[in-house]
Amino acid sequence: MSKTIEEINQKIKRGEAVVFTAEEIIGVVKEKGLKRAAEEVDVVTTGTFGPMCSSGAYFNIGHSKPRIKLGGGRSYLNDVPAYTGLAAVDLFLGATAMPDDDPRNKVHPGEFNYGGGHVIEELVAGKDIRLEATAYGTDCYPRKKLETWINIKDLNEAVLFNVRNAYQNYNVAANLSNKTIYTYMGMLKPNLGNITYCSAGQLSPLLNDPFYKTIGIGTKIFLGGGTGYVAWQGTQFNPTTARAENGVPKGGAGTLAVIGDLKQMSPRWLVGTSMLGYGPTLTVGIGVPIPILSEEILQYTTVTDDQIIGTIVDYSDAYPNRRNESVGEVTYAQLKSGKVTVQGKKVPTASLSSYPRAAEIANTLKDWIKAGKFELTQPVASLPGVESGVTFKPLNERPIAQ
Amino acid sequence: MVDKKIVLRFPKRLVDRPIVSHLIKDHDLEFTILKASVTQDEEGLMVLELKGKQEEYEKGIAYLKEAGVILESLSQDVTRNEERCTHCGACITVCPVGAFELDMVTRQTSFHDKKCIGCGICIKTCPPRAMELHF
Repeated sequence: MSKTIEEINQKIKRGEAVVFTAEEIIGVVKEKGLKRAAEEVDVVTTGTFGPMCSSGAYFNIGHSKPRIKLGGGRSYLNDVPAYTGLAAVDLFLGATAMPDDDPRNKVHPGEFNYGGGHVIEELVAGKDIRLEATAYGTDCYPRKKLETWINIKDLNEAVLFNVRNAYQNYNVAANLSNKTIYTYMGMLKPNLGNITYCSAGQLSPLLNDPFYKTIGIGTKIFLGGGTGYVAWQGTQFNPTTARAENGVPKGGAGTLAVIGDLKQMSPRWLVGTSMLGYGPTLTVGIGVPIPILSEEILQYTTVTDDQIIGTIVDYSDAYPNRRNESVGEVTYAQLKSGKVTVQGKKVPTASLSSYPRAAEIANTLKDWIKAGKFELTQPVASLPGVESGVTFKPLNERPIAQ
Repeated sequence: MVDKKIVLRFPKRLVDRPIVSHLIKDHDLEFTILKASVTQDEEGLMVLELKGKQEEYEKGIAYLKEAGVILESLSQDVTRNEERCTHCGACITVCPVGAFELDMVTRQTSFHDKKCIGCGICIKTCPPRAMELHF
């Protein structure tokens, strides 16, 4: 049996689509068997909600009178610098940007209580944001200074555009040194005092479509509480990462670049986040629907936490020094049990991504589809597959002679 | 029986006096020191867990007050902003006394303020900054 996205959309329009979350489908297939379930089920919904640093948004603020060219000048949103290397009134704000006067790690570990991610959250929440800009002035754009409140409802465009989100699996973090370290994987206690991980596991979008058979460029998704699209493969896309026998990567592999209208998103799903000693970022909610076009595609969505392996990496030495060493492998079922055994020691575990919120996203997307409010899209191009030869290259550092 | 955690603030003049020693010797109370420090202004701060009979506990507290120690209750000091908490669970391995607990079925994280000793480590390590310290 095989279905098409068009056939599934017809069922969605009629309010007849059969939809399950990536968590529910595990039991459904166990009960009905793969063949029957593949005939009956139309869509499996996924979700993830975690800190994703390569996120940001661009805005067109409209032209002031007289005009100002922000491009090439300096612009700040609530004291957080925005990128101005664009035309007159377009700005890009990155999630990890922070005020010039933030003390950073001068007193280690720095707190990083406010940054680009927080500005995005406040903007989406409808709060007024203070824009302060200076420019050099031209004949056609004479103004050199601008200080104004801006509000998302007045912007011409406000677009979330994240260049790398929804990592397909990720490192599991540990600290083998004898002092506490503060990383983007959270506070890691000395001598394997704790372990942190950051994946929704069996609910995570790309772990349910490990070979990118349905998720591609143009796939319509849940993004930040609204709808968005997969714009491209995310940066650092690495389909050739080592995979387990079930095809699931054992470390960071595929990623998604995503885009969507910020004006219809919600601060519940775009949360300004601070990593002690590391920096500010944005926690992003993403959900991807997987059309059940074949038994093979359904089979991939039945992946369970005990079939997803994470690789433990030492963030005190191997990671910062870019040594490709592993401390061991664990399954997400083991990680989620609260304790794992590493090097003969029982180590407590903690998650950085929220599983309850990931489940809420998958359920919300399911409800949208069942209510006929969300139809699926046919990708316009595929993401690079294992056969593409695409890899994640390290920097080829070539010192510049003085 | 009473089992309470309290914050004791010792003015500079009391820092070198054996107040806790008297508290325990003169009253039938069991105590655990959860935190003790002397601040830059040479004031003493101590977080104690006291267990014992209600009557003895009340007498002990009266003694501390009479001696000039400033008493504060602890459980109200750290609270969770439920709107900001995303239930990621990052706090679970950060808390030194296990005040956060993960529900294995719902994957929600609960905060037991009775266990909290007010060390404040969760305040800065909570990614969405949902934990708040109140003085």
